[in-house]
Amino acid sequence: MQSILKIVLQRLGLGIVTLFVVSIVIFVAVNSLPGDFAQAILGQGATPESIATIRRDLGLDQPLILRYFIWLKGMLTFDLGTSFAQLNFANFGGAGTTTVAEQIAPRLSNTMFLASVTACIAVPLAVTLGVLAALYRNTAFDKAANMFTLSSISSPEFFMAYVLILFFAVLNPIFPSLSNIYDGMPFSERLEKSMLPALTLTLVVTAHMMRMTRAAIISLLASPYIEMARLKGLSPMRVIIVHALPNALAPIINVIALNLAYLITGVVVVEVVFVYPGIGQLFVDSVKIRDIPVVQACCLIFAAAYILLNLTADILSIISNPRLRHPK
Amino acid sequence: MSGLVWFVIIIVGLLVAAYVFRLAGQAITSNAPKFRDMTFGVAFGYIFGATLFVWATYYYFQPKITGVGTPNAGVIFFRWAVQGFIIASIAAFLFRVFGRAVGTEVTKKLFRSMPLTASFGILVIILYAITAIFAGSIAPYGESEILGAANVLAGGDITAGGDPAYPLGTDQIGRDILSRLIFGARNTVGIAFITTCLAFFIGGSLGFLAATLQGWLDQLLSRSVDVLMAIPSLIFALLLMTIASVWSIKLGVPLTIFMVLIIAVIDSTRVYRLARAVGLNIVVMDYIEAAKLRGEGLGYLVFKEILPNAMAPLLAEFGLRFCFVFLTIAALSFLGVGIQPPLADWGTMVRDLGPFINFAAFIPTAAVSPLLAAGAIALLTVAVNFVVDWMLHKTSGLQE
Amino acid sequence: MSDLLTVKDLWIEGRSDEMWNPIINGCSLNLKKGEVLGMIGESGAGKSTIGLACMGYTRDGVRISKGSVVFDGIDLVTASARVKRDFLGKRIAYVAQSAAASFNPAHKIIDQHTEAPVQHGVSGRGESVEDGIELYRKLRLPNPEEIGFRFPHQVSGGQLQRAMTAMAMSCRPDLIIFDEPTTALDVTTQIEVLASIRQIVEEYNTAAIYITHDLAVVAQMADRIKVLLKGDEVEESDTRTMLSDPQKEYTKSLWAVRAFQRPVKPLATEGSVPVVSVRNITAAYGTTDVLHEVSFDVHAGRTVAVVGESGSGKSTVARCITGLLLPRAGEVAFDGKVLPANYKKRSKAQLRQAQMIYQMADTALNPRKTIGQIIGRPVQFYMGLKGVEKRERVNELLDQIELEPSQYFNRLPSELSGGQKQRVGIARALAAEPKFIICDEVTSALDQLVAEGILRLLADLQDTLGLSYMFITHDLATVKSIADEVVVMKDGKVVEQGPKTSMFTPPHHAYTDLLLSSVPEMDPDWLTNLLQERGVDNIGDAAVNKM
Repeated sequence: MQSILKIVLQRLGLGIVTLFVVSIVIFVAVNSLPGDFAQAILGQGATPESIATIRRDLGLDQPLILRYFIWLKGMLTFDLGTSFAQLNFANFGGAGTTTVAEQIAPRLSNTMFLASVTACIAVPLAVTLGVLAALYRNTAFDKAANMFTLSSISSPEFFMAYVLILFFAVLNPIFPSLSNIYDGMPFSERLEKSMLPALTLTLVVTAHMMRMTRAAIISLLASPYIEMARLKGLSPMRVIIVHALPNALAPIINVIALNLAYLITGVVVVEVVFVYPGIGQLFVDSVKIRDIPVVQACCLIFAAAYILLNLTADILSIISNPRLRHPK
Repeated sequence: MSGLVWFVIIIVGLLVAAYVFRLAGQAITSNAPKFRDMTFGVAFGYIFGATLFVWATYYYFQPKITGVGTPNAGVIFFRWAVQGFIIASIAAFLFRVFGRAVGTEVTKKLFRSMPLTASFGILVIILYAITAIFAGSIAPYGESEILGAANVLAGGDITAGGDPAYPLGTDQIGRDILSRLIFGARNTVGIAFITTCLAFFIGGSLGFLAATLQGWLDQLLSRSVDVLMAIPSLIFALLLMTIASVWSIKLGVPLTIFMVLIIAVIDSTRVYRLARAVGLNIVVMDYIEAAKLRGEGLGYLVFKEILPNAMAPLLAEFGLRFCFVFLTIAALSFLGVGIQPPLADWGTMVRDLGPFINFAAFIPTAAVSPLLAAGAIALLTVAVNFVVDWMLHKTSGLQE
Repeated sequence: MSDLLTVKDLWIEGRSDEMWNPIINGCSLNLKKGEVLGMIGESGAGKSTIGLACMGYTRDGVRISKGSVVFDGIDLVTASARVKRDFLGKRIAYVAQSAAASFNPAHKIIDQHTEAPVQHGVSGRGESVEDGIELYRKLRLPNPEEIGFRFPHQVSGGQLQRAMTAMAMSCRPDLIIFDEPTTALDVTTQIEVLASIRQIVEEYNTAAIYITHDLAVVAQMADRIKVLLKGDEVEESDTRTMLSDPQKEYTKSLWAVRAFQRPVKPLATEGSVPVVSVRNITAAYGTTDVLHEVSFDVHAGRTVAVVGESGSGKSTVARCITGLLLPRAGEVAFDGKVLPANYKKRSKAQLRQAQMIYQMADTALNPRKTIGQIIGRPVQFYMGLKGVEKRERVNELLDQIELEPSQYFNRLPSELSGGQKQRVGIARALAAEPKFIICDEVTSALDQLVAEGILRLLADLQDTLGLSYMFITHDLATVKSIADEVVVMKDGKVVEQGPKTSMFTPPHHAYTDLLLSSVPEMDPDWLTNLLQERGVDNIGDAAVNKM
């Protein structure tokens, strides 16, 4: 148990270091912008005084390294700063600015909701289909599944999204094609409105997950100990449950975590198609208007989620490895 | 709720049918091994497949017009899909027959063991390449030529809002969609191809260098790649594109060039990983040791001993990377930060034409143009993936 | 007594390139209760396929196309899966080649042991655990009470192999198929496993099919021997007849392999400068020492065999000589002059003088280069020959290794057989015109007949070209046939060294003696005699551990 704990802690430490370095990369990238944020916010017509004010407000007169640590501290305390768009709005006489944190929080929870709905549909579906394809490999079912998943992996998310809209919103109005979700919406309605984006993501993720599950199970079924189990005269069910499953767990968990990480990328496009008020859409909108603080914060959140999921995959597969769990 | 009830009823019905089917099979064939050893899952699969087939045939022959006179769009799309599938299969089959008969011994041998999916993929890639190269002479109109009518629908049927002069219609500012699709092949595919080549050049050379030299250089490169890969690639690309868009105005360099560089660098990390892994596998081989002990130099080792053996996996990876780059560019363009107008590009076209889909219930052809643009992207990546899948299967031997 | 197992005219096909190709062409055999049949053949003879087919089982992509396998009155070819399952594990059991891969890493050994009896309803779990411990004791596993409660990766290879034999015994089957159970093991481990398998099979009067490529092993185990060649039966008869009076040419040639012996050379003259001299080399991987003060000389025109089991450090010596591993202390001298330790610091002439031939010809030849290119490169690199001259020299080398130049010059390694590839490896070494060649287990991946051809070739080349060899091997039969001097290594130390004649005649160092005594001989009574002579606790690993 000692060694496994050590490995897990090592991985955790590595994850934190990675996140730290990633935050530096993001910060440096953003600060490589030509000119000044203040200039960027106010545009060409700004007076030197207003620029100076904004610079002071944003702490742009501080040296770069100091600014990084101020930003990092802000990130750690969920003080993500103020969005340029909001600041500009305030500057021109608008009342009451919201902080980036206030902007992101509801969006993040919406995205989490969408991701959870997708995961709830996709994970059981993909694992079941993947195991079936592996068990009945090289049959018509397997070949059809292979063709279907390959096509669905290859298609851009927006293609799937429009096909789904065409069939389930336009031709057969089962689900709404716009996912205008708001706070305090009843759960069932929320679910219904999120259905099409969730289905789109499901299609993409399921295909990946299913192919990877199939590959993992096939390589497992080819191992000598499975042959040995069959040669002991065990029932096919017992071979699968007692002999294959405990060893398949690690690769399957890995596959699931990796694909949930993949969801993060997919969510951006899908949210835009369905006008789903999630963090992905916020991110894209901010990219378009160059709202740096929001872009920065979103980027870090995405990266953190991605690293966390990969880390989970890593740690779970370490824990489920009997060789590491029971050292010599 | 009734939908759920129906679903349950159908499933139970299929399960019963499967059971009866197996029982009947056993009785009729007097317990032949095929039916005797058939698991219930397989029996269910047969029944399920048969039911699906019967339903598809039934649906296919539904009338195109519903009772109340509106077009039955679902049936129309289904017919198109089925016809498209059949035509594609026949084309792939003929192409394979052609490939088996014409060409050198090596290509003939390749075609002999080729599945239909792969020959379909190769056919599509060839067609795309021809379209891209000769876009200028194939396209009926100019790339960004603004013609008379805007928002003409596809199909060329004047009563349905079409115009025979523009078989696929025109877009919201009156540009011919067919021409833009054809030019899009050149722009979207061409840019993706250049980007992939660049990514391979960067990632491949660094990867092999790291594998051959190892030591601190390997450590440095590998750790940097780890960090870059910790940020999801589309997100990272979007972040960098934000910054690039400012630089592009300041320097007066087209944003598209920044995009090519950004995606190439982000993608080269994946290429690096693979090239390094492949390189490391080859470096431990005894023939490399023999060459080292012979006193061969670094250049000979990399170019004469390692590279020829890394070609097969790298080629497959090139296909996969191309798909990935292509999809990333399409996604960026779709989000409005990729290939910039006036260049014709499929991702941008999907975004612009997307809303037409909402009219499909009344005029099925309205959905054609956005789906064609998106489908053009999907078709190429599917084709490349089919070919890569076959290549990987071939090189991995008789694994399954 | 009626037959337990009757296989009649069995045809098996395998699928490759979308076609069914024959693997086994009409094999028949029968087995009585308690009888042991040895099945012998080279790789690709279809031994394992037949072994599995005797259980009514075929691997993926393989099918039985014709024939019957009747076990106790039931034809397993046509029987339903359910009926077959009732036999497998309970009445017919299987012992696989790699125990490490055939035990499920997720379960304890004892849980896998009890699975078959419990599932087949032969006995309860508690009873079966008791029985398992009893079997472990009989198979002389250390800590029989406790070893079963470990996970497979916590137990060594030889012990796992015995645990698997115990597992096969768990339902007291009528028939056990042993599929090369000792091939992956060192000789001292092998002998223990052989002794325990034989004992337990005799004790429970179990019938067995023992599959192997090693004649001497099968001679100890089997009552009858069946010889296979590429899916065809060659001949079958009882062990003693088969050994003393084989009928078919192929069988005779197999038997003759062991007879290859080079004439003994006179000792090297006193005071002559050795070609290669290894002096007090100590080397380490990381911080653990793997070589301790290793010294020996190789004289001109002579063969030094470095013998040892896996992990003895014999290949590490080669890495130190070639300069791939830097020794912590000691040096390597060539013709009396000390070589730089790192190969990168050696001159082209120094590199040319010492060449190497590898164990795995597959990984030693670049698969993307033709034979002509592979052999031509050192010709060009060291001798500076180009064009026609280079081609002529390569042809000459191909002639020397007995491959027709016009036929092989443009072929790729993948188009050659294992033995031919190894010959190309030899030609590449010869192309440098070296004085000294390191042969690293060059025959251990080859079938016996092919290996013998390689050994003869190397011997002829030595006579004509005056080469010196350092022959790294674990196989004492090879040592006997080709070596002039022998160096025995254990745990990174030289245990004993000297001329072959004295090494193979007593008195030996205790470890050398054990090593020599563990090599199976063709005499069917060899194991019996050895056990009688020494007692079960003084053979193999048990004896090594006592040292």
